[in-house]
Amino acid sequence: MLAKRWLDHDRGGYVLLGVLAVLAVVVPVANLAFPDGSPLHLSTFMVTLLGKYLCYALLALALDLVWGYVGILSLGHGAFFALGGYAMGMYLMRQIGARGVYGNANLPDFMVFLNWDTLPWYWHGFDAFWFALVMVVLVPGLLAFVFGWLAFRSRVTGVYLSIITQALTYALMLAFFRNEMGFGGNNGLTDFKELLGFDLQSDKTRVVLFLTSIAALALGYIACRYVVTSRLGRVVAAIRDAEGRVRFTGFRTHHFKVWVFTLSAVLCGIAGALYVPQVGIINPTEFQPLNSIELVVWVAVGGRGTLYGAALGAAVVNYAKSTFTALLPEVWLFVLGALFVLVTIALPRGLVGIAARFKRAQHA
Amino acid sequence: MLTTAAAAVAGEEEFTQALAALAAASSYADKDAAATAIAASAHPRAEPVLGAMSRGELYTRGSDSRLVTVTDAADGFALVDAATGEDLGTAGKSDVNRVTLNNALRSSLRGLLATLKLHHADPKQRIAAIREVGESGDLEMRQTLTELLATEQNSGVRTAIDTAVATLNLDSTEPAERLAAIERVGGVVNSLVRTKMSALASNETLDEETRSAARRAVIDIERHVAVYDVVQTAFFGLSLGSILVLAAIGLSVTFGIMGVINMAHGELMMLGAYTTYVVQQLMPNALGASLFVAMPAAFLVAGLVGVAIERGIVRRLYGRPLETLLATFGVSLVLQQAVRTIFSPLNRSVVTPAWLSGSVEITPGLDITLNRLYILLFSLLVFGALLLVLKRTRLGLEMRAVTQNRAMAAAMGIRTDRVDLMTFGLGSGIAGLAGVALSQLTNVGPNLGQAYIVDSFMVVVFGGVGSLWGTLVSGLSLGVASKLIEPAAGAVMAKIFVLVFLIVFIQKRPRGLFPQKGRAAEA
Repeated sequence: MLAKRWLDHDRGGYVLLGVLAVLAVVVPVANLAFPDGSPLHLSTFMVTLLGKYLCYALLALALDLVWGYVGILSLGHGAFFALGGYAMGMYLMRQIGARGVYGNANLPDFMVFLNWDTLPWYWHGFDAFWFALVMVVLVPGLLAFVFGWLAFRSRVTGVYLSIITQALTYALMLAFFRNEMGFGGNNGLTDFKELLGFDLQSDKTRVVLFLTSIAALALGYIACRYVVTSRLGRVVAAIRDAEGRVRFTGFRTHHFKVWVFTLSAVLCGIAGALYVPQVGIINPTEFQPLNSIELVVWVAVGGRGTLYGAALGAAVVNYAKSTFTALLPEVWLFVLGALFVLVTIALPRGLVGIAARFKRAQHA
Repeated sequence: MLTTAAAAVAGEEEFTQALAALAAASSYADKDAAATAIAASAHPRAEPVLGAMSRGELYTRGSDSRLVTVTDAADGFALVDAATGEDLGTAGKSDVNRVTLNNALRSSLRGLLATLKLHHADPKQRIAAIREVGESGDLEMRQTLTELLATEQNSGVRTAIDTAVATLNLDSTEPAERLAAIERVGGVVNSLVRTKMSALASNETLDEETRSAARRAVIDIERHVAVYDVVQTAFFGLSLGSILVLAAIGLSVTFGIMGVINMAHGELMMLGAYTTYVVQQLMPNALGASLFVAMPAAFLVAGLVGVAIERGIVRRLYGRPLETLLATFGVSLVLQQAVRTIFSPLNRSVVTPAWLSGSVEITPGLDITLNRLYILLFSLLVFGALLLVLKRTRLGLEMRAVTQNRAMAAAMGIRTDRVDLMTFGLGSGIAGLAGVALSQLTNVGPNLGQAYIVDSFMVVVFGGVGSLWGTLVSGLSLGVASKLIEPAAGAVMAKIFVLVFLIVFIQKRPRGLFPQKGRAAEA
């Protein structure tokens, strides 16, 4: 079995896929089969929250692919996530139809509000679900391809690359904040009603979205494993460790980097597309540089270069964030800041590294 | 001496009599006569009294029918004696009676006030008053203005009178007078003159000579306006650029010499701005001087925090620039939240001292705000000082040696870790100074630093890492470029254009405008 080869010696991966499989069974049952009030009942709020974490985990996975395996520290991966989200959001906006506040079947509410009379050309096609899905993959992928091609070909590396990826997401944030762009300005896209005809507020739709997120994360994980264990993955790891040598050996290193970068952006786009129907809104703050940097810390906390560590980090940090912002909102930034410092100085291999060290100690 | 003293006393007497007449006056005609007498006394208090009267702030006190000027106070009115300017405490609103006005009296007061101002002791005030008269369109005033010329000594004031008369003459019905006026004020940039000229140029009833002269004048004015616009834009651009340079220069030092990206740089600027705020709170009576205390204080505060960051974090991550970037970002979050907790998340406003506020008029139609001018000079000063430190001191020599080749410098006996520490402290201190400058331009809040961090990195990268001159050139040119784009595309689009330009630029010249040369640059 192919998948078995890709997952060879990947105990963390087995654990991750196992956890996902358990969640895929337990969560729907707990939410749908047990009535409200039963001790085994899981509220739809929790289902959505878990679904959100899964999207974050997929996003972290995508970042780990480029940071952990190619050594590209992107501070702009949130941009690809948001672009995927916007593509899905545009489809969901078109699904509202005449049920908006202004009851205009041809235009989303915010365009009516801005006194626009026709739909901008780039909104055409988003009535069709398949088109939106293509765009979810295509827009972030294309942006990453062009950006990566330009950057890697001119051998922009290290902190320079980090800074220009940050500039990229910053520029996009400013652009999307503009009302004239036709993406809803600072309110973004919201008030979604249904997806493919299913009511977004219903428990069943939420559970299906949750299951889709699980499937996306599992498939994304396997795809990443495939990439890193393939010949491509070995070249890429060599590039991370000594790009000059690989180049002198006869590889066009920037080709490899561009492809992995693009794949990563596509995964981000998918994560964004799954995220938007679950949280019900997408706005330009998703582009803010802070989000992209927070994403880096998820990967760092989990342990970079392991893939499953990234997923773990995303879940742990976001759980901590939910807890802190509910109990002590002022403390969260202190905690996050301390996490950055602590992880980089004391835990360069993240939580996964602790586990590994613990195990080695047992063996010794 | 004797005569002036006697004249002052004489004025005093007339002034007091006129005030008494005004307090007793019941008809508007009496009030008008009293006001004219007050103006004629040329007493120093005449102008404030008439000013208050025209604003409806002159009252008679019920108890002793003394004239008072009032301002709103917490409980009723705060009273000031009209005759002496002496504070009379507060009174209820029913204890005083307003000196009522009608429209005729109001316009007469305006004329009296203008005449008073025309004789003001300060030439600047006189010029302002003369301009006002010139723009009033009141042809009667030509006589008054020409009379002034007989006694006026100040050449600036004389020119102003000349211009004002000519401006009035634009409305004259005498063709020759009008034509001469058109020639005279043709080069004066002033929106009123411009509209009058356009009206003259398109007035079909006038003779061709006048109209063509007016047309030429309009073209001339528009050319001047265009030039001033360019100058104004360039100045705003340089001002923005100087802020970018201030913000980026400290970063350039740490990034260039240590190869370390300090993401907390923006927050060090924020600390500098808050230091200015705190210093002002500590010395509320000496706001003008507080900036000079704030500068070294901000340098020290930011520098010490920088030193702590270097000792605590940067040093432990040596050779891992990406991890340094993340850890310092963590520090920036902590600093932001700390400030939010200590000072509240709301913006604090730092008072701009008097010597920094206002603007200077280079020529009519071209004003330059003082605070921006000073900040431009300040950033050049900081730049020069830093250049001196780098080129003329022992520390600078060691810094440059470490930049060029760290291992070799260490082998020559330079304590590179000490140099790193000093470098980081210096770069952070400059960030603190930038914060002092910023506090004069924007509100001081926890997000102050964030707004500048991306921009200042762009400046450093554009200029070429480790090149101070590169930072200066790139900061100023980016500032000017974004201000040039702004009118056409709006502020946000200008920012986006600049970012996209930089992203493309880095592709072409990954090491910036002025790359470091030599083997060190290859590392």
